[in-house]
Amino acid sequence: MFTNRRAFLRTAALATAAITTAALAACGSDDGGDTTTPVTADQVQAALDKGGSITVWAWEPTLKQVVTSFEAKYPKVKVNLVNAGTGNDQYTALQNAIAAGSGVPDVAQVEYYALPQFALGKSLTDLAAFGAGELDGTFTPGPWSSVKTGGGTFGLPMDSGPMALFYNKEVFDKHQIAVPTTWDEYAAAAKKLHAADPKAYITNDTGDAGFTTSLIWQAGGKPFAVDGTNVKINLADEGSAKFAGTWQKLISDKLLAPVGSWSDGWYKGLGDGSIATLVIGAWMPANLESGVPGAKGKWRVAPMPQWTAGANAAAENGGSSLAIPKAGANNALGYAFLKYATAGEGVKIRVDNGAFPATTAELKSAEFLGKEFPYFGGQKANEVFAKSAADVVPGWSYLPFQVYANSIFNDTVGQAYVTDKPLTDGLKAWQEASAKYGKDQGFTVG
Amino acid sequence: MTTQTTPVTAAAPTAPARGRVRRKEQRRSPLLTALTAIMLIYSLVPLVWLLINASKTQEGLFSSFGLWFDDDFALFDNIRATLAYDDGVFVRWLLNTLLYVVLGAGGATALATLGGYALAKFDFPGKRGVFAVVIGAVAVPGTALAVPTFLMFSKLGLTNTPWAVIIPSLISPFGLYLMWTFAASAIPGELLEAARVDGAGELRTFIRICMPLLAPGIVTVALFTMVATWNNYFLPLIMLKDPDWYPLTLGLNAWNDQAATAGGQAIFHLVITGSLLTILPLLAAFLFLQRYWQSGLAAGGVKD
Repeated sequence: MFTNRRAFLRTAALATAAITTAALAACGSDDGGDTTTPVTADQVQAALDKGGSITVWAWEPTLKQVVTSFEAKYPKVKVNLVNAGTGNDQYTALQNAIAAGSGVPDVAQVEYYALPQFALGKSLTDLAAFGAGELDGTFTPGPWSSVKTGGGTFGLPMDSGPMALFYNKEVFDKHQIAVPTTWDEYAAAAKKLHAADPKAYITNDTGDAGFTTSLIWQAGGKPFAVDGTNVKINLADEGSAKFAGTWQKLISDKLLAPVGSWSDGWYKGLGDGSIATLVIGAWMPANLESGVPGAKGKWRVAPMPQWTAGANAAAENGGSSLAIPKAGANNALGYAFLKYATAGEGVKIRVDNGAFPATTAELKSAEFLGKEFPYFGGQKANEVFAKSAADVVPGWSYLPFQVYANSIFNDTVGQAYVTDKPLTDGLKAWQEASAKYGKDQGFTVG
Repeated sequence: MTTQTTPVTAAAPTAPARGRVRRKEQRRSPLLTALTAIMLIYSLVPLVWLLINASKTQEGLFSSFGLWFDDDFALFDNIRATLAYDDGVFVRWLLNTLLYVVLGAGGATALATLGGYALAKFDFPGKRGVFAVVIGAVAVPGTALAVPTFLMFSKLGLTNTPWAVIIPSLISPFGLYLMWTFAASAIPGELLEAARVDGAGELRTFIRICMPLLAPGIVTVALFTMVATWNNYFLPLIMLKDPDWYPLTLGLNAWNDQAATAGGQAIFHLVITGSLLTILPLLAAFLFLQRYWQSGLAAGGVKD
């Protein structure tokens, strides 16, 4: 079933690729003539009073409660919450709907890494027209800069994933390993742990684009530079080199569990101690609680290991925005819901249900920071996450075709994990393949 | 297809002599027995795994050996939870799947029967052309047509409705081809002539005389189209966005994906139990219809 699904998705991806090309080619003609008429808060309010129904495509689980309370507050509005697939599946569906010109949702969840692709394809409404600029300062810098892409504000941050080190304290204590504060210590801990217990690994990694780009981000790398349709890709810059150097050691010494993230084997490893740490986004606690209930009390959270001892650098990992596709039927009502969910009362509802916020107010609130996590032995984990959110290295950007680039990550960089090919060669191959695709799509790639 | 027909047709010639010769002729080849045993295990292990693991809790799934039971026997709790999860959406998906199978596979079978009979028993200009188109259509995988079909359907405003799944399911080139060859051999031309001489109209001839003869073929086609529609994944994936119209395949996948998203609830135990519940109706259909199906294929094999 799984291989089938892969093959299916590949077909779908190809179809999407074809559609994207057409979309980009088509939008070349109306460059500059892209002015959206402003929509005032009164007009949004009027839409709410008038009522109607909107369709929201999202897979984020906590939105369900947000919809319930939104409908209670605005009884005339019916919100049709649709899970149109997770991540890539949904993007394929969204591209197809946009290309077909029908069935386009009013609001769609789009991950930060995918937002530039939809924004530049002119598929999304610039929320500046709704006065989204006023929300400057509402969100933490990482997510806020992620939605401000391509000269507009193409989404509002829904959640964020400032990274932290999740570690299995029981395993660390058993083998008397200190919690690593730098990546060198992390590599040393990996060695010590695997020597003490050949079944245990410091972490799992079979090549994960999101993780790799996040670590390069933290290391200060800026491999992707985007200015309109001019794109520069350099996966050999200083930050990328730092990452490749450390990670190559872990790969060569076979210190990484060969288990794909999000697989059943991954959940198993997180539960039985064979995967001892995860460096991952702050949304992870909810997944641990539901997916690995057996390890309750064993895990703890610490700041991300640093590339330079004593530094305080962090990066974002994952996270999504809510955006408004241009072809949606009811943009004003869509924005009303979007704002409610990302910057209004919806935020609290989502946080209460386990989501990690992207809003500064929540991240600074005493209630949020003081929350004790029974799963982490009563630790106030949000303090670690909030600090990480503040320490995110500024200036990062994704490619305007990152969805495609990430989809070929395993064919290029992934090779370094299963063969003797050096990681740097893999990154180079990824750069070349991405650049070629970008050129084919009409970008100027330098 | 071939793997399923071969044993049956091979067995068919010996069928008339079965009673007498059986004991003497029964020669065993150790190699073949071993190979068959391996095939049997290969086919059964996933089922056994499914059955065993449907009885485990989410925690038990990861802490116990995969091919044996955990201490907790949670099958009934799991079934209850599967049916109740997310306001009982699983039941809704089950009903959707039944709807698609009844209308889609049922319609496909009816169309294939009518078309196959007509092509086998009537001569008309362009028959060779039809033959070429049908054979060509058998060779085109449905997956390749899904995206163009989607674009066409969205122009018609049919996406995100049950019709988007039912209408494409109505077309079964392979079923048509099967009915065609089956009708050609199962209905003697003399019988039709006799019916016509006796004054039966074409419709009456078809319904009263040919349908019973075609029954085994119809059941075979019905089974194939049922399996295809029941397991259809890609077409509904592209066509449907509203979980209220999902068939089981999409629904289970959505549940499985919950484990792969930030903040999602991992419900592997429900996915496994749901999968078990999903295959039960198909198993039942095969067991009930098996007799007709086998005699149908054998009849075709004996003919010439």
